[in-house]
Amino acid sequence: MSTTVISESSNNSLHPITAQLVGAASALGGSITIICPGGIGATDAAQISGVSKVISVEGGCFNTYDCIAWSESLSPLVKDDLILSSSSAMGRELISSIAATKGVPVVQDVTNLAEGLLVTRSIYSGKAIEEVRISSPCAISLRTNSFEAAGGGGSAEITTVNVSRDITVAVKQALTKAGERLDVSEADIIISGGRGMGEPSNFSHLYEVADALGAAVGASRAAVDTWDDIPHSMQVGQTGKTVTPNLYIAVGISGAIQHLAGMRSSKYILAINKDPEAPIFSVADYGIVATWEEALPVLKDQLSEILSS
Amino acid sequence: MGVAVLLKQVPDTTAKISVTGGRVDESSITKWSISPYDEYALENAIKLKESGYGDVVVITCGPARASKCLTEAAAVGADKLIHVVTESGSLDSIQIQALLSAAVKESSCDVVMCGKQAADTNSGSTGPGVASALGYSCVGAVTEVSIEGNVISATRLGPLGLEEVEVETPCVFTFDKGDTELRRPNVRGIMMAKKKPIDSLTSDDLGVDTSNSMVSVESHSSPPEKPPGQKFVGAESVPAVVNMLRNDANVI
Ligand SMILES: Cc1cc2nc3c(=O)[nH]c(=O)nc-3n(C[C@H](O)[C@H](O)[C@H](O)COP(=O)(O)OP(=O)(O)OC[C@H]3O[C@@H](n4cnc5c(N)ncnc54)[C@H](O)[C@@H]3O)c2cc1C
Ligand SMILES: Nc1ncnc2c1ncn2[C@@H]1O[C@H](COP(=O)(O)O)[C@@H](O)[C@H]1O
Repeated sequence: MSTTVISESSNNSLHPITAQLVGAASALGGSITIICPGGIGATDAAQISGVSKVISVEGGCFNTYDCIAWSESLSPLVKDDLILSSSSAMGRELISSIAATKGVPVVQDVTNLAEGLLVTRSIYSGKAIEEVRISSPCAISLRTNSFEAAGGGGSAEITTVNVSRDITVAVKQALTKAGERLDVSEADIIISGGRGMGEPSNFSHLYEVADALGAAVGASRAAVDTWDDIPHSMQVGQTGKTVTPNLYIAVGISGAIQHLAGMRSSKYILAINKDPEAPIFSVADYGIVATWEEALPVLKDQLSEILSS
Repeated sequence: MGVAVLLKQVPDTTAKISVTGGRVDESSITKWSISPYDEYALENAIKLKESGYGDVVVITCGPARASKCLTEAAAVGADKLIHVVTESGSLDSIQIQALLSAAVKESSCDVVMCGKQAADTNSGSTGPGVASALGYSCVGAVTEVSIEGNVISATRLGPLGLEEVEVETPCVFTFDKGDTELRRPNVRGIMMAKKKPIDSLTSDDLGVDTSNSMVSVESHSSPPEKPPGQKFVGAESVPAVVNMLRNDANVI
């Protein structure tokens, strides 16, 4: 089976999930083509091992994000039976639209992919796991950190294609800037605060730990709803973002079912909560019963000690 | 003119999901609700109507029980109710999108609002898929809209952060949770809604072939039980935990 991978970018460079998409495709065999919207990261994509071809797609429509304009520019370049993308918000939208344009089914946020096209995904916000058989041609988005990344050392040929599709969605103004802080959906480590943080200004303690770890800062819905300074983009959970980092640190978060829905598939979970009965402890690999006022300073000290040594 | 809202009925977020014989046991689900993001789609559609933009047509595709979410929507102000009656499960994304697109065409609405992701599938495929099928524009992860003529301004969470965008109709908007307060039905609304007729359509009525799904469920299972974690008391345990995160879990 040959595969087209739609590359993912962040901050104008290739996002590491792209190598994971290639890793998943390699396990199925066949040739692998990477399509880079806006040409972003094409040189890096060509160096991923196992890639046969990179198509760098350039055109004015890639200056802002317009799902339909992008998918109509990319769809004609997709020639393979399997289309893969990341399951980021943009990855999902784009692959849905490409799949619809091509008339093929799409399955999202897959965590395991096997031959015969047997795929595994979680449904009902992680309350059940579904295994589905999907006949190709088809489109599949993959969850971050679920597949082994392909290595480097490749030297695929890069072809540049120019497209001239107009956008229909015009950006009038940026209301907040992303990118100053790592987004929770992109981070390997996340530290989230809940209502137990007491005041939004206390999130500064979370930022200090995050800076030491290279982590993103998230929040519970109670924190987002109660404090204007904590934007919805930080919310983890059923009505926020679903995240699967290697480490999720929950501070002053009770662990309501809707919060767990967004983070329970994290590889490791550390919970800090003063209430020994808090439900968050039922999903935590490591639980510390303490107030954040006591625990976070020690955590900061420990981290600066080991990370500087 | 008019706004079509796609409403999906899903198990309430508090519902327990149990698996028997390799399938999720739907009969054990006691409470079904409108998928949370769809409620924001509905609220914004009603706001658009209040600012003078056509009727609100709510559309659901699902088994008989799903008609309840149409009546709930009518109680807060939806004008027309369309139920595309199907058996639950088994339809692939192409088929669902074909049914919903055909129903939107039937309603002749040029604005479509839906959730950015349904709480059962957690997919996020339907909005952009329906837009592509209908040849409409698409704006995702929207929290607010306002209209002037045929130009709609929307606040969306784009890849570069929160943005204000403009788009001409026809367009599909997928909704995220925003600051918008959801309205609750009053007694009069609930009484009126009970009498509101529901237009029931089948896949045959809409001319959509639903016989060959390209996606079939092999099995459902409960998520693997995590081995119980380790619990420590007091901030003095932090160094030991950091040590384990570094040396056992290898995550820092
Ligand atoms: C449809 C729907 C969707 C929802 N979606 C989401 C969602 O996406 N994400 C989400 O998070 N929630 C969501 N919720 C809300 C959810 O049900 C909870 O209300 C919310 O998660 C609670 O947030 P919290 O844990 O921060 O606050 P609380 O439940 O108030 O918990 C605060 C915790 O902090 C602890 N604490 C207090 N002081 C300290 C201290 N000094 N040190 C350490 N610990 C302390 C307390 O022991 C307590 O456990 C949703 C609800 C509904 C109905
Ligand atoms: N069967 C359905 N009936 C009505 N609306 C639906 C249906 N399936 C999906 N939708 C809409 O599309 C959104 C995204 O669904 P999904 O692609 O399944 O995540 C939902 O939030 C609904 O607004």
